[in-house]
Order: sequence, then structure tokens, then C-alpha cells
Amino acid sequence: MPDLADIYHVLLLRDYNTRLVVVCTLLLGCACGLMGGFLLLRKRSLMGDTLSHATLPGIGLAFIVSVTLGLEGKSLPVLLLGAVLSGVLGCWVVLLIRNHSRIKDDAAMGIVLSVFFGAGVAVLGVAQTMPAGSAAGLESFIYGKTASMVWGDFQILMAVTGAVLLLSILLFKEFRLLCFDEDFAAAQGWPVRWLDVLLLALVALVTVAGLQAVGLILIIAFLITPAAAARFWSERLDSMLILSAGIGAFSGWLGASVSAFFPRMPAGAVIVLVAAGCFLISMLLGKERGVLVRLYRHARLKRDIGRQHLLRALYEIIEADDPQVPEMAIRPVAFRQVRGRRTWSDSMLKRYMRQAYQAGLIEESGGEIITLTEAGLAEAAQVTRNHRLWEMYLIEYADVATSRVDRDADAVEHILGERMVATLEAKLMQLHEAGGPAVPVSPHPIRPVD
Amino acid sequence: MFMSGLTKELPSQAHAELGGEALRVRDLTVAYHRKPVVWDIDLAIPRGKLVGIIGPNGAGKSTLIKACLDLIPKTSGEVSLFGEPYAKQLKRVGYVPQRESVDWDFPVSVLDVVAMGTYGQLGWFRRVNKRSKALALQALGRVGLEDYADRQISQLSGGQQQRTFLARALVQDADIYFMDEPFAGVDAATERAIVGLLKDLQARGKTCLVVHHDLATVSQYFDWTILLNMRVVASGPTGDVFHGENLHKTYGGKLSLLSEAANELMRNQ
Repeated sequence: MPDLADIYHVLLLRDYNTRLVVVCTLLLGCACGLMGGFLLLRKRSLMGDTLSHATLPGIGLAFIVSVTLGLEGKSLPVLLLGAVLSGVLGCWVVLLIRNHSRIKDDAAMGIVLSVFFGAGVAVLGVAQTMPAGSAAGLESFIYGKTASMVWGDFQILMAVTGAVLLLSILLFKEFRLLCFDEDFAAAQGWPVRWLDVLLLALVALVTVAGLQAVGLILIIAFLITPAAAARFWSERLDSMLILSAGIGAFSGWLGASVSAFFPRMPAGAVIVLVAAGCFLISMLLGKERGVLVRLYRHARLKRDIGRQHLLRALYEIIEADDPQVPEMAIRPVAFRQVRGRRTWSDSMLKRYMRQAYQAGLIEESGGEIITLTEAGLAEAAQVTRNHRLWEMYLIEYADVATSRVDRDADAVEHILGERMVATLEAKLMQLHEAGGPAVPVSPHPIRPVD
Repeated sequence: MFMSGLTKELPSQAHAELGGEALRVRDLTVAYHRKPVVWDIDLAIPRGKLVGIIGPNGAGKSTLIKACLDLIPKTSGEVSLFGEPYAKQLKRVGYVPQRESVDWDFPVSVLDVVAMGTYGQLGWFRRVNKRSKALALQALGRVGLEDYADRQISQLSGGQQQRTFLARALVQDADIYFMDEPFAGVDAATERAIVGLLKDLQARGKTCLVVHHDLATVSQYFDWTILLNMRVVASGPTGDVFHGENLHKTYGGKLSLLSEAANELMRNQ
């Protein structure tokens, strides 16, 4: 285990090599997070995967060609150029298959991905046997070899991240429109096809720049995971992208640092695991769509509805005894009477009662008897009135109703306005006088306590 | 050939002067995988009309609209808007795609979506500015969604989604609008609101082409009707072309499956 001094040393980027590697992965993470956001929303995640796998034959061929021409075989720019070309070729083949045959996207990508990868492995095999130049180390592009990154990598990553940042800012509006509604963009005259190509080219750039760091198999995880994690926190594209870039950068930094302590753990894998950790945390805790937030909202909704049902049941039981008395008086109600009003189990009903007691709506009384407090009666009257008005509204205005009904609103007036409420109240009164059975009957409009 | 016979009987005064034409389609054929979807379409729509495009499923209604907007390649034929090709009239055209064509889970607000209508006027690189937002808010007001401006779009109901799309088209401030099934799956209030908007647009001299499904409301909503079933069965003032004979030519046996209201309507005519 590394001691504290070592950790300190690495995290503060004291050592030149570590510093270089960590800064490189941080930049890469930022670029990946940004492009991944667009890729995810354009629903092209698998296209990114195809692209990265399709880079391998290009790397091998670039090496063979440059060795044959008598050049330095492992010159990074040459290899990366080969990677870009074959990656883009792979995407193009996918589009070709999709547009000119009846094979669907997923199958087309599956075919291209595996065929190109297989071809890449074969080409690398050939390259190993070449007499001139050593092909050893080429296969590091498959899994990545972060520790071997040099100043040249840093320059490339700086340029790529800069380009990606700049274009994302400049073309934010265009990319957003492209991702959301391609047809509308085209109808407005945007060159949708070229924007799409540009987006894919940027993804290709990021992918190739990341080959050294995380390798072509894991780069897709680095592209998609931060973006998917960021989606749980935000409902706006701009903040989602910033967050996604941030999560990417954080994963790159932490992953590379951790792998600096444990030389046997490849940085690419650790980076992806950190990103996955961020994803997991986001999925659970995300402010906008995290699992816990959803569970909490659902539980709160259930509790509110339970309380309303309890109050309404109590109110209507009291009301039924003496419908002609204009003023309601608090009166104890038997537990079994309440239980018969709805399909709740005893334990559920008891839980709602406990909650109502804690909220000061009912008085504590010995098990079988329930008594409303003053505040409880007021709220029960309010709830009953609101619900009856809503029910009347749903019946009378069935065509417009459903999108406006909000049973939880404090007062119906807030949504429907005073006049509509007056009309609904008048209708309820009529029904009561006629004694109609199947509609909610209100003996008198109940004014909420002001 | 009997089907195209009616096309040739277009009231001639309608396109007597070329300036009075909002849309002209000549000889349009669109085919996917060797199978034609629309076939030899000839249309001339005068300015300021509310045009309903009706026809059975698979008749090529959406395809016709998309071909007019250059969204899909034409196999043959040409389309002109106000006498010029589409590419020269981009800023005068508004488009309301089918509601299902986008992902309503996308991370944007209602206002963001409506502001997209101004992107064409903004041009490259320029960000959405205060003016765009003000226009978007105003359009939201016109469709009755001003209170929803900051909501994320997944929180909208179907009718509200449709109104959002309409607001986005209103922001485009176009002279001709293409709407792909704006009435599909919306509540009656939204339908009334949309019809109100259409009439309002017409009153301001705009032309609207609307893909429509409900035969019972055609005469009420549109003053021009295109009956389409791969080919144009008829196109003309609703009163002239929307009658039983043409409907039978358009829908064939499928008409018996249509709503009672439509049958009722046809018996009366």
C-alpha cells in the first residue's frame, strides 16, 4: 500500500510523469464528457463504439505503410491519422448498409464493429512479422497504456479538447436542434447532414485522442458514462453538458491518480470504473431523476393521498349523520366506520392516522375512536370541497379537464378561477336539491377557513 | 386515369395569376425501395387558404409535406413556394412535425423548444438572445402555455406538447405553414385552440396545409381540401370536392370503418 506521502505526492501532481498523465486524462475526460452528452442525446452511443473499434485496422495499416516507405513506424500522428480514417470509414459503412439494405442499425453496427476489429487484429499480426521496425506496443491501443503518454500526447489532447470546447460553445444551438428535432432543423435550412458529420468527426477526434489513454475498447464507456450520469442531475442541456464534462474530467484525474499508486492496475480500466461509480451515485442520488428522488416523491404522494382520503372519509361520515345542519360539529367516529369507506388495510389506515395525529389533525384517542381537531375539521372540509369541485369539473368539462386537474392544490380557485368555482358550486347545489345519487353530493358549499 | 381527372378541373381562377399561388407542386413522385409513396402529384394552392390534406393511412400525406419541405428526396417533379424553389423561401415557411417524431424526454424547457423557431433568423453561431426569448414567450401566450415556459418538456401532456410545437412554428413568423397531424391525440380544448389559431393565421393572410384525420370536421375547419391516396383524387374548395363520390375514391372500402359522423355527413350531402 502506498503511504500518505506518496498519495499527497501524486494528487498534487508533484512528479513530472504523473503530472503529464493526470493532466492528459483530465483533458480527455472533459472532451469525452462533452461529446458523450451530444452522442447520448443523438442516440448514437453505439455508433461511438463502432467508431472506436473500427480504428484498429487503420492503426495497423498506417504502421505497415510508413515502415514500407522507410519512415519511423510508430510516429504517433501517422498512427492516429490512420485511426481516424478507418474509424470514419467504419461509420460510413454502417450508414451505407443501413441506407441501402433493409438491415437495421443495430445489426449494421454489430457487423461493422466486429469485422473491423477482427481485421485490425489480423493486420496487427502481419505488422508483428515485418522485419523492419518493431510493431511491439501497437496492441496497447486496444487497452490503452496511460503511463506511456508523452509530451506529444499532451499537445494532441490540448488541441482536441480545445477544438471540442470551442465548437460545442459556438455550435451549441445548432447541435441542440440537431439532437432534438432533425427534421425541423432541416426544414429551417440547416445543413443537417454536415452538422451530423461534424458531430461524428468530433467524436472520432476525441476517440482517437483517447486511444493512448484508455484504449479503443473502453473509450466508449468514457464517452457515455459521464453523460448518462449527468442526465440524472439536470433537465437542461447546457448544465448537463457542463456537469458531464466535469464528471469526465474528475474520472480522468482520479482514475489516473489511483492507477499511479497501483502500477498493476491499468489507468483506462480504473478511469472507467471511477466514471461508473459516478454513474451509480448519480442514479441513486440525482436531483432531477435519481432513483431515491423518485421513490421519495412517490412515497410523499402516497402519504398525501392517504391523508386526504382519511380526512374526507371522516368528514363524510360526520356529514351523513345530519346532512341538513349547515355547520359541521366535531364528533368522534368509530374506527370500523372509517375502515369500511375505502379499500385500505387496517395497518395502512393506522399509519395514516398516526401521520394525521402527528400533523395535529386528529386527537389521540383510544384505538377504536377517531376525533378530528379544529384544524383537522377545517382541512377535512377543505379537502372534501376541493375534491367534489374537481369531480364536478371532470364531469362537466370532460373534454378539457384532465390536464388541469390537480387534486393536491390548496384551493381549486388557484387553478380554475373564482367564476368557474362559483359555477361548479351552483351545479353541486342543484344536484343536492334533486337528490341525484351517482354524483358527489354537497349539502352546502363549505368555505375554507381563512 | 379517372383519378387524376378531377385535378385537371381545378378552378382556374384560383391560379389565374401566379402571384396568387402559395404552393405549386408539379409531377411529384416519391418512392422508397422501388415502391411509390406518392405518385404524379400536381397541386396548385392559392394564398391564404386553410388546406386540409386527408386520405387513408399510408396515402402519403406526411410524405407529401416532407417532399414539399425538401426533407426527403423527390424521385421526380418539383415544388415551388410563392413561385420559387424551397431553398429560396426557407424563412417564409413554418413547420409543425408530428408530435411523436421527437424524444419528449430531451433535456430542454418549453421555452427552449419554442425559441428554436427563431434559430433560422438568428443564423450561424449566434446565441438565443432576449429578443428570441421574448418572441417565444409571446407565442406561448398565444397557445395558452405561458405558465409552462420553464417546465421540462417531459412534464407536458399530449395536447400541451402539440401546442408547444405550434408555438414554435408561430415564432417562425412564416407565410406558409405545413402541419403534420396537429390534431392527433389532443384533447378537445387543444383542438379548439388550434382551430382558433388556424383561423387567426388565415385572417392574417397566411396559408396553412394541415394533415388531418377526422372527416367529420373537414368542412368546418378547412376551406380547401386535398383528397390524397397516393395520387391526388381531388383538390379544391372544400364545398366543391368534399363529397361522397370523392371520399369513396379516396378511401374505397375503408370508408365503412370510419366514424359514424363521417357517414352521416356524407349522407347529408
